[in-house]
Amino acid sequence: MRLIGEYRERKRAEKLLHHIRSEATGDYTFMEVCGGHTHAIRGFGIPGLLPDNIRLISGPGCPVCVTSRSFIDQAISLAGIPDHVVASFGDLLRVPGSHGTLEKAKASGSGVAMVYSVNEAITMAEKNKNKKIIFLAIGFETTIPGNASGVLEAERRNLKNFFVLSSQKIMPPAMKAVVKGGTRVNGFICPGHVSVITGSRIFEFLPGQFGIGCVISGFEPVDILFSVLMLVRQVNRREPTVEVQYSRAVKPEGNIKAIKLMEQVFRLTDEWWRGFGIIPESGLQLKQRYEFFDARKLVPVNVEESEDEGACICGEILRGVSTPGMCPLFGTGCTPSDPAGACMVSAEGACFAYFKYRDHG
Amino acid sequence: MCLSIPVKIVSIEGEYATVSFGENSYRAGLHLLDGIRVGDYVLLHAGFAIQKIDHEEAEKTLRIIDEMQDP
Repeated sequence: MRLIGEYRERKRAEKLLHHIRSEATGDYTFMEVCGGHTHAIRGFGIPGLLPDNIRLISGPGCPVCVTSRSFIDQAISLAGIPDHVVASFGDLLRVPGSHGTLEKAKASGSGVAMVYSVNEAITMAEKNKNKKIIFLAIGFETTIPGNASGVLEAERRNLKNFFVLSSQKIMPPAMKAVVKGGTRVNGFICPGHVSVITGSRIFEFLPGQFGIGCVISGFEPVDILFSVLMLVRQVNRREPTVEVQYSRAVKPEGNIKAIKLMEQVFRLTDEWWRGFGIIPESGLQLKQRYEFFDARKLVPVNVEESEDEGACICGEILRGVSTPGMCPLFGTGCTPSDPAGACMVSAEGACFAYFKYRDHG
Repeated sequence: MCLSIPVKIVSIEGEYATVSFGENSYRAGLHLLDGIRVGDYVLLHAGFAIQKIDHEEAEKTLRIIDEMQDP
């Protein structure tokens, strides 16, 4: 199947750019709200190819970047208890908490393990019955159904030593918060893999309530350029709507089985996002029926809320009101090898992508 | 974090599949999909196949671009 090479073909990209240049007669600011898009847009050098009147800005689409310091603090506290092992996706290990990172805690002897999937944490729990395995459930709708499936698997296997510490979040309330916060956006490049799960209908509030169009995009350069062209056309026609460019993976109804799993295991809660604070009904925690797996009930770990970011402007970057280059720390006091803020840690963070691809235009 | 890669189903063992991406092979949970068969392409994310890739739609997107008239 032609899935990657054809979506990177130079002649297709040039054709789309030719259309964009001739049709983009106004000024346009489009926001991408998926860290994967941020990485692809910077990595393929897309901003340098587009005319100056089209600006692409990043939003709150990198789960690691929007996770609170207190969540990291809580994980570090749990990892420090004897016979407790925190199982985390690799991205999270280097995110600064109030006093260090999970990576540093591991180096000082705390129980921290890197996993690629909740299933690995379950296997770990099964093989180490004398230890408590705490899976750090972060991520958006793309990741949450898998986490839900993991919880059900742990229940089936009757695991008493598997726990979940959740900071899971859903995308639409954050996009609403961006718009309500006053960030000027003419269109959204909607998250492709979140939409694989949710379907396209969850974005109908954007044109419906706010008159802002959106295109659900794939991740290859031809996908992204086609999505930009579709957004330019929506703005020019003054007909904001929800369009799907990534139709090879996204259906209007999404993945119904995955949605049902997510709804079976988790319930909506208010959740804290870096740059926004608490956003109502934007998080997912375990339903009462599965509370046995909730790591927050495991031991009384008291972590004080501490969201002092110092000079780091990660919060403003996640709202789309500042770009990484505007931060006094960028590239000097904050680099991928010694990050001061979460947006410089993850490969999907805007600061990381801007730093790594700073020569790509 | 939401990174997913298109992989081909090589074999199916119960709720799991062995999938390939280029020279590499991975294990993928099939818990989120029904009716997956050997030879299908799926998106792999954090250890799970999250959606089957629609071959016709993949071709259609390319065709729309290729058939665009010059502005």
